[in-house]
Amino acid sequence: MASIKIRAKAQDGVTTVKTLISHKMESGQRKDSKTGEKIPAHHITEVMAEHNGKQVMSANWGGAISQNPYLSFKFKGAAAGDTVKISWVDNMGKGDSAEAQIK
Amino acid sequence: MNLLRRKLVKTAAFVGSAASLVGTGVLLPQRVLGAYATDAFAARDVNGAISGSLGSAEHSPSDSVKLKAPDIAENGAVVPVTVSASMSNVVAISIIVAGNPGPLTSTYTLSSACEPFISTRVRMAKTSDVIAVVKADGKLYSATKEVKVTIGGCGG
Repeated sequence: MASIKIRAKAQDGVTTVKTLISHKMESGQRKDSKTGEKIPAHHITEVMAEHNGKQVMSANWGGAISQNPYLSFKFKGAAAGDTVKISWVDNMGKGDSAEAQIK
Repeated sequence: MNLLRRKLVKTAAFVGSAASLVGTGVLLPQRVLGAYATDAFAARDVNGAISGSLGSAEHSPSDSVKLKAPDIAENGAVVPVTVSASMSNVVAISIIVAGNPGPLTSTYTLSSACEPFISTRVRMAKTSDVIAVVKADGKLYSATKEVKVTIGGCGG
């Protein structure tokens, strides 16, 4: 199942990328209400963005990013029809990536 | 004098000095390899979060950094934060929530193609300052805004 939704739109030379990732982003601070034990952290640690295979942005995330994270950024030098690729890795070693065409 | 031995000693000295540079933070490991900034996220104070993610804790408030966040967040689990800057050569942005157990929420490395703009949603444990720190031309600029939280986003 694809975990990433991407919208990328070029306007006046600037491409705005909006992305939603479905991930529970367990912060590691919450406690299980029944056992009182901390629920182990399980969150995305790195997000990478590529335009036509070239990295434009990378992010390091901690557990303080909300569940089902939203991220938006802007970059120059892309045209409609170009490819934007978003990929993520979490602290359990899982990951996913998705591509979208710039509109 | 054994030539091979001299060479080995020299190499060892070089490796040793490079390692100590990494240790003092002159060469930031996460900038060299793009690896995860573990120390910065483990930091429990704002200065540690800033220096761990951007290389220095010295930052000056600047009107060129714009931080958009709500005055009151009804739900601390989802607080929209947008950072933008009007300066050029921005290479990195960190978003910090001063009142969280680990203040660093996220840090972004921007290529030269990027506009200085990041928008995301963060968790806030309680009412506190949100600090956006922007790195441009080797200096750090910041914007701070207090966000009142009625329901915390961590714990519970």
